Amino acid sequence: MPTPILQVKDLHTEFLTDGGVVKAVDGVSFDLYPGESIGIVGESGSGKSITALSILRLVPDPGRVVSGQVLFHDQDLLQISGEEIREIRGRDIAMIFQDPQSSLNPVLRTGFQVDEAMLAHGKSRAEAHARTIELLKQVRIPAAESRAKDFPHQLSGGMRQRAMIAMGLANAPSILIADEPTTALDVTVQAQILELLGDLNRDLGTAIVMITHNMGVVAGLCSRVLVMYAGEIVEQGPVEQIFENPQHPYTWSLLRSIPRVDALRHERLRSIEGLAPDLLHPPAGCRFHPRCPFRIEKCFTDEPRLQEVAPDQLAACWVTMGRARKEMGADDLIDIRPGAGSGVRKGELTD
Amino acid sequence: MKAGAKTLVRVENVVKHFPAGLGQSVKAVDGVSFEIVEGETLGLVGESGCGKSTLARLVTQLLPVTSGKIFINDIEVTKLRGEKLRQQRRQMQMIFQDPFASLDPRMTVGDIIAEPLVNFGVMRGRKRSERVQELLKIVGLNPNFNNRYPHEFSGGQRQRIGIARALALNPKLVVCDEAISALDVSIQAQIVNLLEDLQREFKLTYLFIAHDLSVVRHISDRVMVMYLGKIVEVADSAGTYTSPKHPYTKALLSAIPVPDPRIQRGKRLVELSGEIPSPLNPPSGCRFHTRCPIARVPTPCAEVEPPLEEKVRGHLAACHFSQDV
Repeated sequence: MPTPILQVKDLHTEFLTDGGVVKAVDGVSFDLYPGESIGIVGESGSGKSITALSILRLVPDPGRVVSGQVLFHDQDLLQISGEEIREIRGRDIAMIFQDPQSSLNPVLRTGFQVDEAMLAHGKSRAEAHARTIELLKQVRIPAAESRAKDFPHQLSGGMRQRAMIAMGLANAPSILIADEPTTALDVTVQAQILELLGDLNRDLGTAIVMITHNMGVVAGLCSRVLVMYAGEIVEQGPVEQIFENPQHPYTWSLLRSIPRVDALRHERLRSIEGLAPDLLHPPAGCRFHPRCPFRIEKCFTDEPRLQEVAPDQLAACWVTMGRARKEMGADDLIDIRPGAGSGVRKGELTD
Repeated sequence: MKAGAKTLVRVENVVKHFPAGLGQSVKAVDGVSFEIVEGETLGLVGESGCGKSTLARLVTQLLPVTSGKIFINDIEVTKLRGEKLRQQRRQMQMIFQDPFASLDPRMTVGDIIAEPLVNFGVMRGRKRSERVQELLKIVGLNPNFNNRYPHEFSGGQRQRIGIARALALNPKLVVCDEAISALDVSIQAQIVNLLEDLQREFKLTYLFIAHDLSVVRHISDRVMVMYLGKIVEVADSAGTYTSPKHPYTKALLSAIPVPDPRIQRGKRLVELSGEIPSPLNPPSGCRFHTRCPIARVPTPCAEVEPPLEEKVRGHLAACHFSQDV
């Protein structure tokens, strides 16, 4: 087993709001291996983006990382000086964002913005510029020399995202964190960007952390996946295994709630009842229990920890889908209301 | 198309050009014809800028057409003006994409849902508030929420409020313009199911517009694909998926990520060269020829515009070489 290139240990990030403390990331741990591509999936507010921002100490006010470790080459990124973290950002760990429109400076030429990423890390102007052209070609921007002179508004959305990726790759980082890089793009452009990221991962060995809400994106690009819900990882493991045999009811429900373009016949979507919890007042016990069809009494009071449910696969659930299938007829369940499978209907939400 | 069903919407050769200065115009919708029969869901897909939202606004007459005719229930709505048009609007309602921007933050939920009733003088006093509560219940919200404000609700709940408002006047046609695109995956499924239930209960006809082909395929009886202001393919939703007859539809399908690692990794992407051309000056002949993997240029693809014609029973496509797709 190779040693991880990045280890996140028991990360806690909180936001101090007028209403109280929001625990946006609540005890997240995972390892990233060199050249690997992992996906972090979850819905809005699950803490996936804040996890990524915490790694690079970019959490916006009023948020702060309150505890945990982020180990990169044996140093804790949360402990080093501001000067040191700036050296690492963009050089060793780069990040690309969802919205290339607002992440690029509208009054600077695109090429210069890619240059800047290298100028910040000690390259000369000439060196940087030559590499910029090479990078723009690598991300398949046609007529790279003239495009480098364009301002961001002269490029299409897909092209801008390519330029962002070029910027991210400028210093050949060992880790690229991509936060919903294709969400704002059309599907055909999304497919091209994903292919590009896949090639970079394979050919350059850049480890990728892909943050997305789209299970299809994870299925195509990643080898491992972390599923987040209400600030916590509820399930993680190899992509094939998680898609084939999810053990957490949230993962299971999520996979069944998406319509598939290759579906053979029309089946009613299995939605997940209710809403994601308010993180100001997270539910006691398992955070998914108010929406879970398979909850048992214990789920209301005791918080489950991640534990191995299959080789390399961890899930935080007292019941797990293995049991829900065997004892609660999960596969044939039509009623998906909370507690429908287990019969534990107490504390039903009336709204 | 459902046999024997009555045609509710008939769109005939509709064109919408927006002036863009210097004597130029954006050809957002450029000669589009189709029908929607009562009780069906017609899906409309295409990438940003293809004209699908403009088409939605033309069908609901929120925008006047440049030329062409639109009939709703055999009434030519493109000819109507003023009060007559306003009366027709009762039959056609719209659900919008952004559940934050489409509700007035200073109105209570009850007032928002009652507004169409007020506008058309339908019901008064107690009856009206009973109708509002009934509508809240229909869309799965607590009827006692009528005194709350939009900010107290999540995105999915706001979308339910928007749906309740659209249903207030018992419309025949509901145009959903990216109605679920802004919602989280688990909430999308709730809204899709709700729309399907409502359709059955109230015999609604939907024009369902989205860029997400998997959702459109799920909810629609027939799917229409648009590219650069033109319809390139129309078929029942299974046919569009299993045997597309236009290379653009095929490319679009290949680009959709399927949530199954085995299928997704083995998939081959149909690469489209270049970018979508400007609607200011669309390509000659077939508008797709500049990006098409099977185009024969210059003839015929760059010279002759392929008509939208029936290739297989009930399956229309606008392509010279649909047999090669």
